[in-house]
Amino acid sequence: MHLSPQMVLAQLMLGLNNGVFYALLSLGLAVIFGLLNIINFAHGALYMLGAFVALLGYTTLGPLLGMPDFHLNYWAALIVAPLVVGLFGILIEKTMLKRLYKVDHLYGLLLTFGLALILEGVFSNYFNVSGTSYNGKPAILSGVVNLGFMFFPTYRLWSIGLSLVVCFGTWYVIERTKLGAYLRAGTENPSLVQAFGVNVPLMVTLTYGYGVALAAFAGVVAAPIYSVSPIMGAETIITVFAVVVIGGMGSIMGSIVTGLSLGMVEGLTKVIYPPAANTVIFFMMILVLLVKPEGLFGKDQ
Amino acid sequence: MNRYLWIVLVLVGLAAPFVFYPVFVMQLLCFALFACAFNLLLGYTGLLSFGHAAFFGGAAYVTGFLVKHAGFTPGLGVLAGTAVAALMGYLFGSLAIRRQGIYFAMITLALAQVVYFVALKAPFTGGEDGLQDVPRGMLFGVIDLGHTYHVAGRPLELNLYYFVFAVFCLGFWLIYRAIHSPFGQVLKAIRENEPRTVSLGYRVDRFKLLAFVLSAALAGLAGSTKSLVFQLASLTDVNWHTSGEVVLMTLLGGLGTVLGPVVGAVTVVTLQSELSAIGSWVTAVIGATFVICVLAFRRGMVGELGKYLKRSL
Repeated sequence: MHLSPQMVLAQLMLGLNNGVFYALLSLGLAVIFGLLNIINFAHGALYMLGAFVALLGYTTLGPLLGMPDFHLNYWAALIVAPLVVGLFGILIEKTMLKRLYKVDHLYGLLLTFGLALILEGVFSNYFNVSGTSYNGKPAILSGVVNLGFMFFPTYRLWSIGLSLVVCFGTWYVIERTKLGAYLRAGTENPSLVQAFGVNVPLMVTLTYGYGVALAAFAGVVAAPIYSVSPIMGAETIITVFAVVVIGGMGSIMGSIVTGLSLGMVEGLTKVIYPPAANTVIFFMMILVLLVKPEGLFGKDQ
Repeated sequence: MNRYLWIVLVLVGLAAPFVFYPVFVMQLLCFALFACAFNLLLGYTGLLSFGHAAFFGGAAYVTGFLVKHAGFTPGLGVLAGTAVAALMGYLFGSLAIRRQGIYFAMITLALAQVVYFVALKAPFTGGEDGLQDVPRGMLFGVIDLGHTYHVAGRPLELNLYYFVFAVFCLGFWLIYRAIHSPFGQVLKAIRENEPRTVSLGYRVDRFKLLAFVLSAALAGLAGSTKSLVFQLASLTDVNWHTSGEVVLMTLLGGLGTVLGPVVGAVTVVTLQSELSAIGSWVTAVIGATFVICVLAFRRGMVGELGKYLKRSL
C-alpha cells in the first residue's frame, strides 16, 4: 500500500479532532469519578443533550418564544448549553445520586445508565436517529486554512484549539490552584477535608455539575462537525469508556493525553487498515489490560 | 425451597402454551434463562458485566449460521452456539477480571462492542438484516421442531415449545445446583468480601473466571435457543441495550435470588411487548424503571417478598 505523508498527516489531524472530544469526555468522567466514585454512564447522553441545546436554540427557541427571527447563535450556545446541562446535572446529583453514596458504587452506574436510556428514548422519539445538521456555524469559522501539508476546515482547527484550551484550563485549575487543592484533598479523604470546614457535599454537587457541563460543551463544539442525533452519545461513550480503561482515571493529565493520542491512533488506522478503525481503541484496551492492567496512568490498584 | 412450589411451577410451564401465545412464552423462557445466567455473575459473585449481549447474541449468530448454512441439526447448533459463548466467556473473563468494580463493567462493555462491530461488518452475519429464516429442523434427526399441532382450533408449535422448556429447565437446574454447591458458597464469599476470601486461601481469580465462563455459556444457550424460536439472529441481540436489559431484569426481579431473574424477565419482556406501540418511548420507560428500581427498591420484587416472608427465595 502506498502511504503518502500528506495522507497520514491529514488523518492524524482528523484523528486529533476526534481525540479532543475523547479527551473532553474522559476528563469529565475522571473528574466525576475522583470525587463521587461513580462512573457517569449518562455522560454520552449529556454530551448529546449539549448538542441538542445548541441545535434547538438555533432552530426552535425563537419560534417558541414568538420571535421567528431569533437564533441562539453558536457563541452563546458555547456558554448556554454547558450552563443548562450543568444545572440539569446538579439537579440529578441533588435528587438522585446523593442517595446512592452509601451503597455499592455499581448502583451509581446503573442509575446513570437508566438516565441515559431516558434521554435517548425521549430524543429518539422527536428526532431522526440518522441525525440533523447544525447550521449555526459562524461565518468566520467556515472555509478552510492552508496548513502547509493540507487544507484543513477552519472550524475543525478552531474546535481542536478551543477544546485544548478548555482541557488544559481544567488541568490547571485542578492541579495548580487552591480550589483544585480542595478538590484533590476531597478525592483523597473527604471526611478529613470536611473536618477542616470545607463544604464537601457542595463541592461534590458542583463537581458533578462541572463534569457534565464539560460533556455538554463537547456536544456544542461537536454539533457543526457531526450531525446531531439522539444516539451520538451512546456510540461515543462506549469508546470513551475504553479510553478511560486504557488511561486509568487516576490522573487528569493522563485522561487528556490518552484521549488525544487514541484519537490519533484511530486516525492512523483509517489510513493503514480502514476496517479496523472502529475497533482499534478496543484492541488497544485489550493490549493495555494484558501488559499493564491498571492502565497507563492508573494508580488505583 | 418448598418442593410443592417447584412442582406447581413445572406444571405451569407445561401447560403455558395452551393458555398463552406459545412464541411469547418461549421468548419469556429464553430471556429468563439469560437473566438467570447473568444473575449467577452479578447476584452471586458480585461482578457487573455490561457486555452479556455479546454471549447471548454471539451464540444466536453461531447457531443461526450453522443451522442455516452448514446443515447442522438444531441440537448440534445450540451446542455449538453454547460452546462458542463459553469460549468467548473465557477470553472476555480472563481480560476483565484483571480489573475490579466499575472498570470490570466498562471492560466487558467495550469487549462486547467489538462483537457488535463484528456482527455488523463480518461477511457471514448478514449485516443490518441479520440472519433471517433460520430453519428449525429436526431435533436429533427425528423430532420436527417446525411442526404445528392444532389444538382446539389453535395452531401450537408444541415440539419447539417443549424443547425450549426442557432447555430452560436444564439451564435453571444447572444454575440452581451451582449456587447451592460449595463452589457457589465461595462465589458468595467473593461477593461479600473478596480480600477475606483471598486470605482464606481461595484462588479468587479462578473462581471468578469459572463463574464468568459458566454465566457466558448459559447466556449463549439462551441466545442459541432464541435464534431457533424467532428464526432470527440480529444486531439487536448483540446491542448494548440488550446487555442493559438483562441487568434490569435481574435487578428488578431481585439480585441474588433464585427466582428473581425469572420474574424480572417476565416483567420486562411483557412490558416491552405491551408497550411496543409507543415506539422509542419504550427505551425511556425502561430507563425510568431502572432509575426507580435503583432509587427505591434495590432488593427487587422477589428480594422484597423474601424480606417480607423472612426467607430466601
